[in-house]
Amino acid sequence: MSPRPDTRIARRFAALKTEDRAGLVTFVTAGDPDPETSRRILAGLPGAGADLIELGMPFSDPMADGPAIQASSQRALAAGMTLKGVLAMVRAFRRTDDATPIVLMGYYNPIYVYGVEAFLIDAKAAGVDGFIVVDLPPEEEKEFCLPCLAAGLNLIYLATPTTDENRLPRVVENASGFLYYASITGITGTRSAASDEVAAAVDRLRARTDLPIGVGFGIKTPDQAAAIARVADAAVVGSALVALAAGDDPVARVLGLTRDLAAGVRGARR
Amino acid sequence: MDKPNSFRNGPYPDGHFGIHGGRFVAETLMPLILDLEAAWKASKTDPAFAAELDGYLATYVGRPSPLYLARRLTGHLGGARVYFKREDLNHTGAHKVNNCMGQILLARRMGKTRIIAETGAGMHGVATATVCALFDLPCTVYMGCKDIERQSANVFRMKMLGAEVKPVTAGAGTLKDAMNEAIRDWVANVETTYYLIGTVAGMHPFPAMVRDFQCVIGDEARAQILDAEGRLPDSLVACIGGGSNAMGLFHPFLDDPGVRIHGVEAAGHGLESGRHAASLTGGRPGVLHGNRTYLLMDDDGQITEAHSISAGLDYPGVGPEHAWLHDVGRIDYVSITDDEALDAFRLCSRLEGIIPALESAHAVAQAVKLAPALPKDHLMIVNMSGRGDKDLNTVAAIDGVSL
Repeated sequence: MSPRPDTRIARRFAALKTEDRAGLVTFVTAGDPDPETSRRILAGLPGAGADLIELGMPFSDPMADGPAIQASSQRALAAGMTLKGVLAMVRAFRRTDDATPIVLMGYYNPIYVYGVEAFLIDAKAAGVDGFIVVDLPPEEEKEFCLPCLAAGLNLIYLATPTTDENRLPRVVENASGFLYYASITGITGTRSAASDEVAAAVDRLRARTDLPIGVGFGIKTPDQAAAIARVADAAVVGSALVALAAGDDPVARVLGLTRDLAAGVRGARR
Repeated sequence: MDKPNSFRNGPYPDGHFGIHGGRFVAETLMPLILDLEAAWKASKTDPAFAAELDGYLATYVGRPSPLYLARRLTGHLGGARVYFKREDLNHTGAHKVNNCMGQILLARRMGKTRIIAETGAGMHGVATATVCALFDLPCTVYMGCKDIERQSANVFRMKMLGAEVKPVTAGAGTLKDAMNEAIRDWVANVETTYYLIGTVAGMHPFPAMVRDFQCVIGDEARAQILDAEGRLPDSLVACIGGGSNAMGLFHPFLDDPGVRIHGVEAAGHGLESGRHAASLTGGRPGVLHGNRTYLLMDDDGQITEAHSISAGLDYPGVGPEHAWLHDVGRIDYVSITDDEALDAFRLCSRLEGIIPALESAHAVAQAVKLAPALPKDHLMIVNMSGRGDKDLNTVAAIDGVSL
């Protein structure tokens, strides 16, 4: 196992542990619905209660995502977002917030085309803490995971209901930051898992890793987020938030739902 | 780049061909493609599997397909002796069924109860729907809206065979978008569902597995040309979208240095127009649909739309083994425009009484370019990968005729 880079992610989870509460991880797509609105949403998320921020790097072919995030990526690309633009957004965010972890989430091709080495240097300089790259399983770790660790950044791996006991050790071997449990077999923003199934799965993961465990896929409401917060270290919400970016008054509505979700997560263990 | 001892040993155990190929998939799919790889490897050494497949290929698909000397085309061009490998005579009218028959037997062995597929021109969708009817398995085919419009006859055929055809409106509504949607379905239904990929692309083991099921084309052609001419051919020509008909013909000849091999991509309106589907000659390496290969994309790594008059070639990528063979220089990859393919479509129909698929017409067009300058004892095999009935609406519309 490679040493785990110490980033804002580890520090934030340590702080949450001392508060004895789970965290709220919010996903929004960079540049959705347009760069300025997206910048305002990003800037407002920590104040609204987001403990970690996943910032989507939009891609033309988001194969693992459902309709909400597909549409969100399309809006962002149509409004001119690029991978360089994503890094610029993070740089701007860091001028006022040096504590909230930022994880860039997306697909490998834009990173590969940017150049892995250059991208890691630029991302670290911008204030990025880690990445979730949907189409890079441990089998392809030489591509990005190992360079990422060498650069002192986290690559967050997904475990899913299909990740069996034989496979789990391979998944957690070079995972860092946290382990993201995708609680259903499927694409983002569709159905939701039953909370007792999630609890059993989290126990199974805890037996294999001491990394914090975030649970996502299908969490839409404060009640659902609270149920996850009772069993996992963080609840991840994406599709429900990006769906609000398309409508009227996106800044107020995205931040409003974030506040409600945060209240659910923070009240969960009382 | 170093030349390998053999061009036929790929991929590496991790699914890479040189830098290409691999398994760039979501974690949800990873356990399943490992299962698939194990089942495929077991089938390769199981004589019962080979016997079952050969039986269906002989009695249901109609193999072997003939190797036909195209005398009038040869005379017209005045150079090389041009043979057609007649994959258009297979049941369902194209080479696609060779692969579908192999994979459906594998899916049955794996205990899968539902089949999904993507299709561009509809030939793979029809072949998949056909084998699903044969084995009584429910079948869902994803097809882009634009392709549904230009290949309406094939849509009707799939429905007649009992398949559900799901229109895909995302993107430009062509093959790439259909493949995205099929992958989403697969991720959501991974326990029960077998994704029957139609070409030598996607994540390992599909490129190698589909190649193996299509190699029957080249294995037969090799025996047939030896029988007819007493020697190996001097050149091979086949069209390339994902590249399965080409890989099937080419692979058994890769280690015969005397055989020149030409892979023909779709140049659409011309490479300089930017409106084409020639990822090897007009793209660069990237990662999409589970593998690294040559792709059409912009400077930010966003995949761009392909264009070809032929729906089956209208894909912004290409199989990873072709990408590697391009890198090592074993195969000469060229491109043919829409107009050149249409001319060849008409020429072949008039001279040989064979209406080629618009895809295959790209290969014929390359033969038309090459043959006149070659000596009369040059033996050329062109893969007639499919029949053109499905394209009559497209060609009629160009001629201003409504059917």
